Amino acid sequence: MVSLTIEGRTVSVPAGTSILEAAKNAGVLVPHYCYHPGLPVAGVCRMCLVEVEKAPKLAPACATTVADGQVVHVFSDQALEARKGVLELLLINHPLDCPICDQAGECELQDYTFREGRAEGRLGPEPKRFNPVEDFGGDVLYVTNRCILCTRCVRFMEEVAQDPVLNVSERGDRAVIGKFEGEDLTHPWASNVVDLCPVGALLSKDFLNKARAWELDRTPSVCPNCTQGCNAILETRDDVVVRMRPRSNEEVNRFYLCDEGRLDYRWLNRTDRVETPLVRRSGALAPAEWDDAINAASTLLAGKKLVVLASPMLSNESLWLLGRLVTKTGGTGVFRVRTAPEAPLPGVTDLARRAERAANVHGAELFGFTKSEVPFDRVGGDDVVLIADPELTPADIAVLGKASAIIVLATHLPEALRAAAVVLPTTNMAEEEGTFTNLRGRVQRYWQAKSTPGSARPAWWAVGDLLALLGEKTGYFLPGEVFTALAAARPEFAGMSYDTLGLKGQLRANRAAASGAAS
Amino acid sequence: MGFPHRAHPRETAVLSKYFGDPQARTLEGWRQRGGYRALEQALAMSPADVVNTVKDSGLRGRGGAGFPTGLKWSFMKPGDGKPHYLCVNADESEPGTFKDREIMRWTPHALIEGSAIAAHAIAAPTTYIYIRGEFTEPLKIMQDALAEAYKAGLLGANAMGTGVRLDMYVHRGAGAYICGEETALMNSLEGRRGNPRIKPPFPAAAGVFGQPTTINNVETLAAVPHIITNGAAWYKAMCLSNPKSTGTKLFSVCGNVAKPGNYEVTMGFPFKEFLFDLCGGPLAGRQFKAVIPGGSSVPIQTMEEAEATLMDYEGFVAQGTMLGSGGVIVFDDAQCMVKQIARLARFYAHESCAQCTQCREGTAWTTKILERIERGAGTTQDLDTLLDLADNMTGKTICVLSDSCAAPVVSGIKKFRREFEAHIKGKRCPFTAAAAA
Amino acid sequence: MTAGATERGAQTTSGAHQGDGAPYVPVFTGAVKGELDATLSRYPTKMAALLPALWLVQRERGWVSDDAMAEVAKLLEITPAYVKGVVTFYTMYHQHPPAKYVVQVCTTSPCGVCGAEQVVEALLRHTRCEELGATSADGRYSVIEVECLGACGFATPIMINDTFIESVSADKVPQLLAGLP
Repeated sequence: MVSLTIEGRTVSVPAGTSILEAAKNAGVLVPHYCYHPGLPVAGVCRMCLVEVEKAPKLAPACATTVADGQVVHVFSDQALEARKGVLELLLINHPLDCPICDQAGECELQDYTFREGRAEGRLGPEPKRFNPVEDFGGDVLYVTNRCILCTRCVRFMEEVAQDPVLNVSERGDRAVIGKFEGEDLTHPWASNVVDLCPVGALLSKDFLNKARAWELDRTPSVCPNCTQGCNAILETRDDVVVRMRPRSNEEVNRFYLCDEGRLDYRWLNRTDRVETPLVRRSGALAPAEWDDAINAASTLLAGKKLVVLASPMLSNESLWLLGRLVTKTGGTGVFRVRTAPEAPLPGVTDLARRAERAANVHGAELFGFTKSEVPFDRVGGDDVVLIADPELTPADIAVLGKASAIIVLATHLPEALRAAAVVLPTTNMAEEEGTFTNLRGRVQRYWQAKSTPGSARPAWWAVGDLLALLGEKTGYFLPGEVFTALAAARPEFAGMSYDTLGLKGQLRANRAAASGAAS
Repeated sequence: MGFPHRAHPRETAVLSKYFGDPQARTLEGWRQRGGYRALEQALAMSPADVVNTVKDSGLRGRGGAGFPTGLKWSFMKPGDGKPHYLCVNADESEPGTFKDREIMRWTPHALIEGSAIAAHAIAAPTTYIYIRGEFTEPLKIMQDALAEAYKAGLLGANAMGTGVRLDMYVHRGAGAYICGEETALMNSLEGRRGNPRIKPPFPAAAGVFGQPTTINNVETLAAVPHIITNGAAWYKAMCLSNPKSTGTKLFSVCGNVAKPGNYEVTMGFPFKEFLFDLCGGPLAGRQFKAVIPGGSSVPIQTMEEAEATLMDYEGFVAQGTMLGSGGVIVFDDAQCMVKQIARLARFYAHESCAQCTQCREGTAWTTKILERIERGAGTTQDLDTLLDLADNMTGKTICVLSDSCAAPVVSGIKKFRREFEAHIKGKRCPFTAAAAA
Repeated sequence: MTAGATERGAQTTSGAHQGDGAPYVPVFTGAVKGELDATLSRYPTKMAALLPALWLVQRERGWVSDDAMAEVAKLLEITPAYVKGVVTFYTMYHQHPPAKYVVQVCTTSPCGVCGAEQVVEALLRHTRCEELGATSADGRYSVIEVECLGACGFATPIMINDTFIESVSADKVPQLLAGLP
């Protein structure tokens, strides 16, 4: 271990640590652009120059390893002067685009300039360099004028995506990020360059001009679009999800989200929702109160077996209770999951867009649901079908008629299910708090990012109330309570609680017995 | 010799002895002039002995840095099991410098022999001679000379029958001054953009292809055979001033001087005599005004400083500049210093690799301000900005290109401030106006 | 702001391909491929042969097209984008078909104070190139300024394609040009 002093605080770090990383331990963030913990060190932006006592020159903190007894100053006059110089020079050719630039409000050039830059520009009548905007392909737009040549994007594509389609072209102040004509940024993880870009040079076309950074509410979440369970942030504006961005988790996705996953958030905003419970009376579905609807459902179940088509998008809490419901009636539970090609991110261990495109396949299997393409092949007059995944095939629909009754527990009611006897409206994952279990058995929390439409409820609430009517002990008011009960009942979740899960999640126990082994 | 002029009696012709002698180019001609005896002698010595001989001689890098050559070689760890490399820096692009081309044009075998001795000393089976792309004539001459050397068994798997492998190849650059920086040269050799690397790691630890590497300048290596043949003491004795600067140096003289050319003098030679006598003094009807003695990256000297200088590493430092590459650029009283400094800044802006913010933006902005002053649209504030910029550009980047741009700006404004002020006050260049008058 | 593909500055992509609409003919076949293979044997990595490979392309075709960059990339197992980044770094690789004679004049200060500007002027006049960088109407010449050519004592040096000519002065220009085939 090496011991050094940074801004008056003494820290001890492993040998080989950079001064920049060591400074984090001292609670000091050394301003920087080109450095990123997920990328190889470049040391080109020169923002991180710090004063090291007894050294003849300022040292780049990202590229200098710690030495015993070093005394480092990040905010000394010399260091501040040097940073002020870098900031001034970055603004020489940088256009005054803030009023029209998406990055405004979350721009590191703005942030550091405001904090440590010159109050006034000294640029004379010399015009700024101009280059047109370029479409890099995929979701990425390159606004050349704004680029500060930090090269994070180039290094990401080269080292992490391992698809070096971006380069630095030209030399000197003519240098720009370039690509080869015909080769686009279609790599399945390419959009991460937009997150990595400290300024508004690389932008998401999907998010272009959609919202101002300061209008956004940001909620920690998990991407629900495959079984990898990448940690995410759902960003909403006026209660509509407008963007999903990565949240770092060293064990799951490091700093990244795949393109397909991050751009598939629109389904969280669908407005064709069922907003109140519905009960069939006199041949027609009519709005009802929750208690009424739950009663009606429990009446339907009397003496019947339940065939549940669960959704692998449901939370652990909801799936556990649904599984208990299946057991209570001696029925069966199945689920279906859409699959599509897998897309690894080669530079990160065990990170890929997974073939199974749903958040909680692992949870579904844990709680007794079997994957099946023909969920209703044995449905008969003794069965009540509970549909929690309303995406049905024509084959499904043909067989459904044989069931004694249909209960829908979903966010929307497709035409094919208008024959349902009871409809219980649920929240989607953005409208509730809960947990998913990813393919490696990591249990992760997500929080509520937008309001619940109408009187929809999380599925666990409806199922819990139904179980209560069937004689089971439930009485949960909060999702955390459901989880704690789940953890007490299931050894895989032993000792877990919302508190222990925190923001990074925990691996479940008895993982050897788990499905989803590494492929 | 002050080639293309006749050698001046006060020159010490060691490296330049055969400049202008086309017979010296061929292997046969070189052998007749004593060539390859040094290589034979060196191959019979242990690498450590060769290193120590060069150390004792006091030879320092002639590319501009002046780092002790023997010491540099000693950083290459023998027996580490890794392939060692020697890179010959023939990228000569420092404005004012044109000595390495002459060595290659007239005495290619001197370079081959010196490089082979160095390669043996550092246990490098492979040597790359990185020649700038524009040097088409030296390129051809070196390639022909290498072919001769291979054919005669002087190079190859069994150099001079000693069992030592000495392979040597020419690698052509493609137009980038920055590739003369040793780590940029290595990147360029590897097939990358010529971006300098952060040090550490140093080349002797991890250089080209990640392996231990030594990079030496052409002139440095050309001196090595003489040191082997005549001994370290002989080289060390060639010293007119500071004992830390020994041997001879080729000074490339250009600009407003009667006899431009390459002059070889012993270290410590008086600069005044050099300029006025050996180089023939100023052109008819003109006076010297300023001189940059070490290639454009060193501070400009006033004539007062120059005339008090003894020409060695320490001597130039004592008179407000550096020896650098020894490219002596002379300006007379007909030249506008502002214009020339602006043109030098433009050079650096063109050559910046674009990695570091200060260099990429600073060299370009410095150029724009200087050109604006030159046009007559400058302000006094601009001078403060230039000096502040120069300070920002010094000591803060991966390599010293940006410091090199700052050098003429800082020394120019300090020592020729009146010319800048005349442009600003008069709103025009007084030299163009005078010429027009 | 639109999201459509655009050209970068003055450099159009249309000039980057072979130009005549005919399918691209690879450079590295036969003897030239043999030269590349010999070059490859000198380096421990394929990528190190990039600059030499590009020189071979320029020798054979006069310039380095996008198609040639793609061919080189494939042979050296690197990406075309990478090759392009290298090509655009160095000044000597032509990225568009050049004039028959590309005249390069050093105008850095040591030559600048020795009449380089007059040499440039004389060349522009006698080649009938309208301005620096432009090709003459007959496609024969283009004149550009370059940085220090390393022959400062022989001011003003110029290069015409790969030929290096020292000690050029304005008065020598007509004769020099007349001597070109």
